[in-house]
Amino acid sequence: MNATRSKATTETARADAPAADARYAIGIDLGTTHSALSWVDIGASDGDRTAHGVLPVAQLTAPGAVEDQPLLPSFLYLPHADELSPGDLTLPWRADADFAVGQFARSRGATTPIRLVSSAKSWLCHPGVDRRAAILPSEAPPEVAKVSPLEASVRYLAHLRAAWNHAHPEAPFEAQNVTVTIPASFDPAARELTAEAAQAAGYPPVTLLEEPQAALYSWIAASEGRWRKAVTPGDVILVVDVGGGTSDFSLIAVVEREGNLELHRVAVGDHILLGGDNMDLALAHAVARKLAGQGTTLDAWQMRALTHASRVAKETLLGDASLASHPLVVPSRGSKLIGGSVRTELTRAELDATLLEGFFPQVEAAARPLARTRAGLAQLGLPYAQDAAVTRHLAAFLARQVGALADLPANAGRQDPDASFLHPTAVLFNGGVFKSPLLVERLRSALDAWLAAEGAPPARVLEGADLDLAVARGAAYHGYVRRGRGVRIRGGTARAYYVGVESSMPAVPGVEPPVRALCVAPFGMEEGTEAELPPEEVGLVVGEPVHFRFFGSSVRRQDQVGTVLESWAADELQELEALHATLPAEGRPAGEVVPVKLVARATEAGTLELDAVARGGGERWKVEFDVRGGAGE
Amino acid sequence: MPSPETGADLPSALQRIPLAFRAFFRALSDPAFAARVKAPAVPAEAAPAPPPPPPAPVLKTATPDAALQLLALLQRDARLIDFVQEDLAGHSDADIGVAARVVHEGCRKVLREHFTLQPVRTEAEGTPVTLPQGFDAAAVRLTGQVVGTPPYRGSLSHRGWRVAETRLPKLAEGHDASIVAPAEVEL
Repeated sequence: MNATRSKATTETARADAPAADARYAIGIDLGTTHSALSWVDIGASDGDRTAHGVLPVAQLTAPGAVEDQPLLPSFLYLPHADELSPGDLTLPWRADADFAVGQFARSRGATTPIRLVSSAKSWLCHPGVDRRAAILPSEAPPEVAKVSPLEASVRYLAHLRAAWNHAHPEAPFEAQNVTVTIPASFDPAARELTAEAAQAAGYPPVTLLEEPQAALYSWIAASEGRWRKAVTPGDVILVVDVGGGTSDFSLIAVVEREGNLELHRVAVGDHILLGGDNMDLALAHAVARKLAGQGTTLDAWQMRALTHASRVAKETLLGDASLASHPLVVPSRGSKLIGGSVRTELTRAELDATLLEGFFPQVEAAARPLARTRAGLAQLGLPYAQDAAVTRHLAAFLARQVGALADLPANAGRQDPDASFLHPTAVLFNGGVFKSPLLVERLRSALDAWLAAEGAPPARVLEGADLDLAVARGAAYHGYVRRGRGVRIRGGTARAYYVGVESSMPAVPGVEPPVRALCVAPFGMEEGTEAELPPEEVGLVVGEPVHFRFFGSSVRRQDQVGTVLESWAADELQELEALHATLPAEGRPAGEVVPVKLVARATEAGTLELDAVARGGGERWKVEFDVRGGAGE
Repeated sequence: MPSPETGADLPSALQRIPLAFRAFFRALSDPAFAARVKAPAVPAEAAPAPPPPPPAPVLKTATPDAALQLLALLQRDARLIDFVQEDLAGHSDADIGVAARVVHEGCRKVLREHFTLQPVRTEAEGTPVTLPQGFDAAAVRLTGQVVGTPPYRGSLSHRGWRVAETRLPKLAEGHDASIVAPAEVEL
């Protein structure tokens, strides 16, 4: 691990140099369950009208068979040496691969899960594990050569790059303008790891974009300019993005400045590991319990087939409210299909009980997520959301962000000063879950009930979003507008950041000294800016790694660099991965304590960097995020 | 016209009478023929070679790979081979119906993913249609009272299907397409 780097090398590595002669702006949606690549042909686009498309991604769909698909399932399969014939993993651009990603990886891995890496993105932001250590698949026996969450991400990204280069030999990927999306809730360490993965996958310097912002960009792009009529200054747009594995919320305010409409991302939600896949799994378990009650027990293979069948049944029932039930068939595993298959059905009552009441209950605005484990969600290792109710998570988010418009008086003026939660005026849905009009309606009616209870008008739904590909499309459009071709969402950092410093009170044996939080980066730091030096110094020990506790707050908008918090409410500050820095000896005696100040910088790429600056400012050392899991706790 | 050197197969006197008449009238109407009659010394070799016989029609032989690929897809996603290879006798309609759901859903997926299907005629079935002269006989089949001249007027009994696009997987060199479903062994 590269513990210490000078500022000069840092800036070279992260230089914000979207290739000036790039022909395409490429958007990559690196999703938990699916990835996609979208593009905008910069030269062929003019203002609000863009020439854009989605790359059909060539991938293995069966041994020795390659097909183009609009999405690349984010799965990695590590086959046994005897499992496949020579040539079975051949791709149009490489013949010697010893792994598979995409659709074949997912289907083969369903029958051999010990060799399947899934949800690598959730592992990439899991603070409890070492993200650079070969730990996946988590259930693999010692014989399987495991990979790290970082490496799995590198392989998905590299596959997309190779697929592009195969399809576009005239426009090499490395020379294009590339944007990669991340959940808005990603902490600085996970952002840094994503940028690192892109670099390792042979990408040019990338820009990171938050997925809910990408969804809004996609809506703007699809409107071809009409979005200016669809929103008005003072609007607050709530983006609800429920993907395959994560739920992500953001608030974006519409502001008028010098006659132009501006968009400001004012708040993002916490990381919630809860998505469409959890819903399918919960439904399958509900049906399996019913079958077990009738005396039919399913094995693991049948359970997977049932999960698949439940998804189809769910989509059918959610798509047509007049159907009372949909039959489910678990085919026999052997060649005797007739008589060996198990038939049951998913009724609307079961769907409502599991999905609508389990994931979208109609709760009060004052409801908060419950801290208890639900059946059907638990999976070894990943910290899944303990409460499956998306509506409760949303209620908690809006209440926490009741003060999100503090810096935008024109928007804040339209809010009720006595509101118990922030009142959105418009809502944009994203993610495959919301292909169902029933679920859109469900979430919308919960939100409207909260608004009505406080005398606010219902939120308008922004129509016309492309739910599967919006994030990739929006990312490509963002690359296009970064060149000054359209409206850009302003955001900056969505949190204020703090370093833990030990208080100077006398040490009491057996009692951990209380920690004070020193603000090093204020809320809303714009990309490409550096925070001022805080007045307070911390000590670095020459030749030894020194750890600092690190905190983020998505609600403390008023704190400036140097603000010191002696105490805080439990949900005000969240502890993030620790920071660590090692001072090279360089002429100093080992063990000497050097006083330094920590200075934060928000890069154009969308990452946060911290440097330790010695007195006088002459020397700087890079401070790293500890991504080894649990260190420093 | 047999050449004078050929001894065998000479026409009989009776055959020569109509032949002489035909030669008379053709010499009268065809100047080129008349020229050949006038100059019998021209060697036979100089006469134009008879036109080559029309080539025998060649029928295409489809390569089995694409067919095997489709079969593999229909087995993988729809269990079609399993279903068709079973003897239906001894199974209740209810059991067959359960399996048919798997087959139907899977076949539908294969068709949707690998072919773009369009109706040949967009009119509603049962409505009158008019076929102009030069209509594509491969795309529209005439049935019933097939007489008369175009335009043909009739009623559309089936809209037909046209595959606008085929998307079959590309196969790796040396891939054995004849294994349409590998045996499965659980370890």
